[in-house]
Amino acid sequence: MNSSIALHISRFVLLVLLQVLILNHINFLGYINPYAYILFILLFPISNNRQLFILLSFVLGFTIDLFSDSGGIHAAACVTIAYLRPMILKFTFGTSYEHQTLKIGTSEIGPRITYFTIIILIHHFILFTLEVFNTSNILLIAKKSLFSSIFTLIMCLILTVLFSRNSK
Amino acid sequence: MQQIINFILRNKSFLLFALLFALSIFLTIQSNSYHKSKFINSANALSGGVYNLTNGITQYFDLKEQNEILTEENNRLKSILYSNHGYQESEVDSLPYVPNFKFITATVIKNSYSAYNNYLTIDKGTKDSINVDFGVISSKGVVGIIDNVSKNYARVLSVLNTKSRINAELKKTNHFGSLKWDGKSPEVVQLIDIPKQAEIKIGDTIVTGGLSTIFPKGIPIGSVQSFNLDETGNYFILDVRLFNDMTNLGNVHVIENINAKEILSLEPTDE
Repeated sequence: MNSSIALHISRFVLLVLLQVLILNHINFLGYINPYAYILFILLFPISNNRQLFILLSFVLGFTIDLFSDSGGIHAAACVTIAYLRPMILKFTFGTSYEHQTLKIGTSEIGPRITYFTIIILIHHFILFTLEVFNTSNILLIAKKSLFSSIFTLIMCLILTVLFSRNSK
Repeated sequence: MQQIINFILRNKSFLLFALLFALSIFLTIQSNSYHKSKFINSANALSGGVYNLTNGITQYFDLKEQNEILTEENNRLKSILYSNHGYQESEVDSLPYVPNFKFITATVIKNSYSAYNNYLTIDKGTKDSINVDFGVISSKGVVGIIDNVSKNYARVLSVLNTKSRINAELKKTNHFGSLKWDGKSPEVVQLIDIPKQAEIKIGDTIVTGGLSTIFPKGIPIGSVQSFNLDETGNYFILDVRLFNDMTNLGNVHVIENINAKEILSLEPTDE
């Protein structure tokens, strides 16, 4: 138990540092940045303690906001996906989630991609809506969230593949 | 009473979510109003410290480039110093000869230009007598305005921020307007409210106007790329290509207007 807590704390710190020091400065084609820090939320173990999970997601988003001067937009997006995660898990994994036998790190690739895509799309849409904060720029919001989502998805899949090989 | 407690216990996840979501929205809205984002900004000890630490490493990578920029500026200043022309006739702004302004050099430790509202963090704060509403320029042009300070760090509201408004004018005719950004390209900003009587040509230089107490008059900003009339047909909207490369900022100068307090006390402050 202690080692898993240590794992999550170090994952939290490493993902935040990766995000604010490297990924925020990629600016592919001028404005596309991956937001791979939500991997912490995606890979958080499935347990019954939803309150702790929501709180941790808030802290994660808040930390990113602190570094990138963005008010509370990351926090809002993170809390939302943390709250919606059980429903999305049930939708994508079905029975294995309900029987509490699911481990995201070892799940099949098909449902895993669906699960990542849904969460990333929700997160990015909320993020950019709050960032732009102007409904007349809905096209800009859609463009930004779509392209960044693709980038984030690729990044998340690469990271999970890279780091899951060690544990097998 | 029992029922209320039961209700809270049953929906505690949702209530926690709603509470935290509302808190985030509150912080977002607060950060959208100028001068009020006191809680969350990167000019605090934690993020400032982390950025300072990494900047200590990464600044070596573009030392050569920054050196070239500084040499270029030195050359320009020397050519003014040794030329026979009067200062007013020269190409360059009259910055060093304005005694009302004090300059402090600083290093950019965090830069961003791809978001909708961009901020920079610099490594000087109240300890170095930097305060809110000081202007920030680089050797090529305007960078932004200080909007938050801590003891060791300060946050700069970049010109690439949709909340930024800087008084600017045409260099040759003194028609003034305000400089803002539409959030699209980090190289192009917009100058609005230029009256349609102004004669504008593509390539005209835009400089800061003397109407604000933040920047001295005549600091270069950019050149006119294109211009159009706005919806009312009375004012021009100019696309201005910045002289500054906002994606590559190293050393900047912070400007303190020593007379700002005196000037502001004379003017009504209800903007």
